[in-house]
Amino acid sequence: MPVLRGVTLALDRGESLALTGESGSGKSTLLHLVAGLDRADGGHILLDGEDVTGLDDRRRAALRRTKIGIVFQQFNLIPSLDVAANIAFQARLGGAVDKSRLDRLTVALGLEAHTRKYPEQLSGGQQQRVAIARTLAASPRLILADEPTGNLDEKTADEVMDQFLALVAETGAALLMVTHSPRLAGKLGRNIHLSQGRVA
Amino acid sequence: MTGATLAALASHWARNPLQFLTLVVGLALATALWSGVQAINSEARASYDAAAATLGEGQLDQLLPAAGETMPQDRFVALRRAGWLVSPIVEGRLRVGAVTLRLVGVEPLTAPGGTAASAAIAGRDLADFLGEGTLVAHPESAELLRAELSNPVISDASIAPGTAITDIAVAQRLLNRDGLVSRLVLALAQPIRQRPLAEVAPDLVLQRADGASDVGRLTDSFHLNLTAFGFLSFAVGIFIVHGAIGLAFEQRRGMVRTLRALGVPLDRLIVLMVLELVVLATLAGAIGIVLGYLVAAVLLPDVAATIRGLYGADVAGTLQIRPAWWLSGLAMAIGGALVAAAGALWRLSRMPILASAGGRAWAVASGRGRPLQGAAAIGLFALAVLLSLQGAGLVAGFGILACLFLGGALALPLCLALILKVGQSWSSGVLALWFWADSRQQLPGLSLALMALLLAMAANVGVSTMVSSFRLTFVGFLDQRLSAELYVDAAAVRDRVALERFLEARADEVLPILSVETELAGLPAELYGARVGATYRENWRFLEAAPDAWDQVAKGEAVIVNEQLSRRAGLRLGDSLAVAPGTTLPIAGIVGDYGNPIGQAIVAEALFRQAHPSVLPARFGLRTEDAETLRRALVEAFGLPSSSIIDQVAIKRFSLSVFERTFSVTGALNVLTLAVAAFSILMSLLTLAAMRLPQLAPVWAMGVTQRRLAWLEVLRTVLLALLTAVLAIPLGLLLAWVLLAVVNVEAFGWQLPMFLFPFEYAQLVLLTLVAAAAAASWPAWRLSRMEPASLLKVFAHER
Repeated sequence: MPVLRGVTLALDRGESLALTGESGSGKSTLLHLVAGLDRADGGHILLDGEDVTGLDDRRRAALRRTKIGIVFQQFNLIPSLDVAANIAFQARLGGAVDKSRLDRLTVALGLEAHTRKYPEQLSGGQQQRVAIARTLAASPRLILADEPTGNLDEKTADEVMDQFLALVAETGAALLMVTHSPRLAGKLGRNIHLSQGRVA
Repeated sequence: MTGATLAALASHWARNPLQFLTLVVGLALATALWSGVQAINSEARASYDAAAATLGEGQLDQLLPAAGETMPQDRFVALRRAGWLVSPIVEGRLRVGAVTLRLVGVEPLTAPGGTAASAAIAGRDLADFLGEGTLVAHPESAELLRAELSNPVISDASIAPGTAITDIAVAQRLLNRDGLVSRLVLALAQPIRQRPLAEVAPDLVLQRADGASDVGRLTDSFHLNLTAFGFLSFAVGIFIVHGAIGLAFEQRRGMVRTLRALGVPLDRLIVLMVLELVVLATLAGAIGIVLGYLVAAVLLPDVAATIRGLYGADVAGTLQIRPAWWLSGLAMAIGGALVAAAGALWRLSRMPILASAGGRAWAVASGRGRPLQGAAAIGLFALAVLLSLQGAGLVAGFGILACLFLGGALALPLCLALILKVGQSWSSGVLALWFWADSRQQLPGLSLALMALLLAMAANVGVSTMVSSFRLTFVGFLDQRLSAELYVDAAAVRDRVALERFLEARADEVLPILSVETELAGLPAELYGARVGATYRENWRFLEAAPDAWDQVAKGEAVIVNEQLSRRAGLRLGDSLAVAPGTTLPIAGIVGDYGNPIGQAIVAEALFRQAHPSVLPARFGLRTEDAETLRRALVEAFGLPSSSIIDQVAIKRFSLSVFERTFSVTGALNVLTLAVAAFSILMSLLTLAAMRLPQLAPVWAMGVTQRRLAWLEVLRTVLLALLTAVLAIPLGLLLAWVLLAVVNVEAFGWQLPMFLFPFEYAQLVLLTLVAAAAAASWPAWRLSRMEPASLLKVFAHER
């Protein structure tokens, strides 16, 4: 059964776009396709002008190491690595570790007191800050966020989201974020609403 | 990327040291048991090889005297003149202080190449060897010889333990065998033109290299059993490793998903995980090899004594590090770890990148796989039945063992689930209901540890039953065969006819033991002449016999064969057997024969003497009520050394002491295997302890104390261990039956009756329960002492 039909969107450097819609509308699927986590049956996804739709697993993995950063709803930290190692992790994978940048992000996200702790020792908000720092530390050109504050209470969600958007704006990366919340979607530059796999 | 990924993978072990310990220790223990047994085997085999090479046995054809133990030396001269490239060997036991050594005399100028004897001579000054009476011996024996003899002695590790080699003239002098030779070894290449053997030396028989070494075949059987035991122990260890790896992989599903989402390609990830596993397996294997060496070093003196006692083969009591066993240990550790991880790696390679990373997914998956497991178990049991009906050879025997072993292990979770379900349906109290239901939920997580316990128990029951049955049968066999009070070795007596007359006058019954090596039903065999009397009639037990078997044999109208001959030649009761040229007799009885590898037939003494008039009795069995007086009379009249007169009580005592040593070896291996299984349970419980909290916390919140919950945890483990132990007994008995009735027949040529030892099994069950309770105690104690905050976290996390 087709999940997405005739969805066309473009995102420029420094631009942010919120994808909203009811459950099952296809927003997460769209995000997964752009991230190369899933394969599209048809259509085209272009990144920096390059068609990435037909890339094999290995090349799609390379894209995620270097050009794309993902912030998950479940944080998806490495439970056996401490906070400092988690933050540096994706940058190390992509071979682009910048120590001063890591330090700056750690301070900016208020994690400097927690660098030796393990994810299980942090609150949900702190874990999501680590996940954001990890993504930004790798300096991706495109950041994909899937309900990044979905597991947090409203106050913490607002705090984390504000920090997140400010830091993304600093990097100049493009941001595509899936959210259920019209309030959070309003914080982004553009908003597209999906319904039954189509742009509403 | 590689470095970061490896660091992330390795960090899992740093954060889960218990899991790391389970994996490394499980693999190390499995390797230790395997390589320990291999070390013992390779050490013993090296000793046999040295012994066989020393004697030229197993490699070269030999000429042996048709009757007696020696031949005149002029046979050697006659054969050389007739074009036969032979070399004489004189061999005998030489008493040196408190021990006897095997002394081998060789003729250095004609000794064929490729034997240890020729190698021992090759590096020496021939003039020294010939002139000064030099002896070359294994370092252990060399020390003894130097202390007791004036001859120069050279140490050489390539000589078999307990053996010394010297020039034939020196050996003849030391053994009091002047002018006599034990055997003639034939060089591999012989001239085309030779005068026939029957013409030059009609009193010699040619023994082909193939059938020469009975010691090799018998000891191979012993090693086969040890190897099987080592393999069973390794299988137990692999189950533990499988559990640890499976759990570790499942716990890292989330990490794997994240790594892939962050851009690590799947193939790279798999390669790195295999690499990680190989490094861990190498580390564990190395530890296991060191442990195995220690196990072997402790057990080897007992094994050496057992083999020497049972088969007369000398094995050095010290251990050398041989590349074969440590390499095989390392290969088994790495191969075993990869086999244990294959399923988890395969699942990982098929896992969609967006799959759930649920912590207990593996347990749920185990539950889902249960019907498949049951079908596989039924298939394996069916294959075992098919192999027992249709298969032949040792491979089929071990195939049956493997099918039963694996089938039993796979069937266990299914059986336990069924029993727990019944328990749940019978329970009435709410806590009892929860206990049974929770036990069912726990089962998938504990299955692998319980399988390891089942296999360890079954191996213990199987091997104990086999060894104990062997002991009972063998002791009964000794009672039958050693029914006479005294046995006289007639080899040292020149006038054996006079000896026989002397004995006839003094003993209540004289049983001359007449035998000749011959061919029966086309197979190499021994023909015995028996003086059929009360002793034979009262003591010998047949496997199958005509009602008047001994009467027929006494009249010279029938023959009795042993089980080996009956099986190998396909002879049954009533079949005819040619026992001598022109003499064919019906088979009146088949006897069990547990101390001998080849076929034997027994005919009446008169018939034997008629067919082989030159053969004199090598030994006499004597029935008497006053053994001591008869012994003294023999010593006085014939000057016999006391070693030539043996009383049956001493032989039986010696045989039993051999079995006690065998027991100590198998007993030690049994305890080690059980310890490995108990360790597996402990590690599984400790690993599961943290994951148990979401199930325990709600019950605690509803008012059941931590202390009570801890007791229930111990009770659950003991209950599961008890059920497993009870199921292991029939499986173990099945294994014993296969070892006794299939493997033994293929390896030895005879079937052992199987006896049951309920007391031993009860002890084993008790030991298992103690081990399980001990394993459960620590996690239970930790639960009872846990801070309430830790239990409350469960609810916080679930929010």
